[in-house]
Amino acid sequence: MQQTQEHRAIRQTVRKFVEQELNPHIDAWEAAEIFPAREVFRKLGELGLLGITKPAEFGGLGLDASFSVAFAEELGHCTCGALPMAIGVVTDMATPALARFGSDALRREFLAPTLTGERVCSIAVSEPGAGSDVAGVTTTARRDGDDYVIDGSKMWITNGMQADWICLLANTGDGPAHANKSLIVVPMDRPGITRSKIRKLGMWASDTAQLFFDGVRVPVRFRIGEEGRGFAMQMQQFQEERLFVAASTLVTFDRLIAQTAEYTRQRKAFGQPILDNQTVHFRLAELQTEVEALRALIYRTVELYVENKDDAEVVKLASMCKLKSGRLARELADGCLQYWGGMGFTWDNPVARAYRDLRLGSIGGGADEVMLGIISKAMGTLPRKSRG
Amino acid sequence: MKILVTAKRVEDPESKIKVKPDGSGIVQEGLKYKINPFDEIGVEEGLRLVAKHGGEVVVVSIGGKEVQEQLRHALAMGATRAVWVNHTGPLDQMGVAGLLQKVAEKEKPDLVILGKQAIDDDQNQVGQYLAEFLGWGQATFASKVESLESEQEKNKVPALQMGADNKSVRVVREVDNGLATLECALPAVVTTDLRLNLPRYASLPGIMKAKSKPIEELTPAKLSVDVTPKVQVLKMASPPPRKAGIKVPDVATLVDKLRNEAKVV
Repeated sequence: MQQTQEHRAIRQTVRKFVEQELNPHIDAWEAAEIFPAREVFRKLGELGLLGITKPAEFGGLGLDASFSVAFAEELGHCTCGALPMAIGVVTDMATPALARFGSDALRREFLAPTLTGERVCSIAVSEPGAGSDVAGVTTTARRDGDDYVIDGSKMWITNGMQADWICLLANTGDGPAHANKSLIVVPMDRPGITRSKIRKLGMWASDTAQLFFDGVRVPVRFRIGEEGRGFAMQMQQFQEERLFVAASTLVTFDRLIAQTAEYTRQRKAFGQPILDNQTVHFRLAELQTEVEALRALIYRTVELYVENKDDAEVVKLASMCKLKSGRLARELADGCLQYWGGMGFTWDNPVARAYRDLRLGSIGGGADEVMLGIISKAMGTLPRKSRG
Repeated sequence: MKILVTAKRVEDPESKIKVKPDGSGIVQEGLKYKINPFDEIGVEEGLRLVAKHGGEVVVVSIGGKEVQEQLRHALAMGATRAVWVNHTGPLDQMGVAGLLQKVAEKEKPDLVILGKQAIDDDQNQVGQYLAEFLGWGQATFASKVESLESEQEKNKVPALQMGADNKSVRVVREVDNGLATLECALPAVVTTDLRLNLPRYASLPGIMKAKSKPIEELTPAKLSVDVTPKVQVLKMASPPPRKAGIKVPDVATLVDKLRNEAKVV
């Protein structure tokens, strides 16, 4: 992946932003189980960081994915997983389809104010009965004159309590499951919407919510792109999401290993620093190697994506990035936590927080098993009867 | 008005600095670099002044081509253009001040703003030398009365106050026993202290715009400055490692130790 002076400069700005504007408040936001989304996004918007790859005519910078991945990577300096996730939802999960397929009017009304940070958004795909199985969503958007009337429920909605609009995947027809869905922009101030917060194992600073829709009316012109193309657009939108998620874990991994090395160097047992046990420093060396291997895979995927984002190889590689990042997060957080002993089991320990937060990596944005299915399909090894 | 600001390339304070075993310098492999934080404060102050009074901020740095990174940083913050004095050999503070003198004479700024010192060698000399070489007034350690949490700071109000006809500058300085206010005729040299302002972030549009802003290349030869160092670094050494602290049982013991062992009270 190319690293120009501009990439380095953006990295510097993002890192400084994380260290000065986010990290001093993380403990308070974790305790409050919410963060001031409007304030944080406005600050990010002022610096132009919400529209890195978005078209210039709607306030973006029109840069390629090597810049947005550098951004995601530097967000890893954040001392919790919730903020990188909340920011990534706005920049790389809820907006790619709108930016690419939305009408000019829709982009002016919703994309532009999102890139300045005035409006907060969420991606609403998962439901109580369908998450990784995207084709199985049951929320409907029924045509009634010039409106869609939306009924159903969405689950695990990051930024859900504070979002001003959501990018909703709903059934707009009765055809086959892959061709009857549409992505629709739904302003959250419409009558008939209720939100309820979800308590979670980790990602405490994120206001993850369940949303209910009871006869919610939005104009048909709020649909993104063609009717019935929602599933396909969401599958494309997932590539950005998966790359973002994977890239945002790298620096966190580096930090967990460095913090563990530092702690075990200080902490003595049986007359020597714990780090001096070969089992410990070899294990950390092994984990650091895994992190660098993941970094190389992500950079390779980004290079290919920058060349041609619709390359079938991108889908396979982005799924591998997400799979490996989720798996490594579990292995690494668990491995590091072990060497902290009792301290690792305390609530406020940084490794313990990562242990809780990063566990989501193997679940959100398509579970590990779904990634394996996609990779198998690309390899031609998926049995025909399985859906992939 | 035109403001000339320096942007020295220094080791990132978060890097681990190690002295080479032979004491000839520091180990440079793996180090990160950034703009001297005091210079960054100078860039910010310059940008606030031109936002209020009009004009431009010109940024200058001395070094190999790698210092363009620090110049681009200042350009990304909002400086208009940059001057790069290409020089890679040894250089002492007199040499730096001599080069800056020629650049200032060429650019004819109303104000030169420098960091009070660079965080690499903490010399705190160049600003003073430069004012002397130019024969201009100087105000070092510029600070301000308002706190960094104040409304003035939030609204990016410049701390340096221009006289009515832009012929003078009023500078609040940090001195040992408080704050002193100086008024200097322009052109003048000002060096910045830490509490002058909080520098802005380089925004993403700013970073991309900086790409096409001009950097003029000069050399000591072109500026006719003899930079043969008068000061030589003979050897570098790490300070002795700090000893572990001790816990005292009560205040009486603490006072006793401060009085009789540390002899500070």
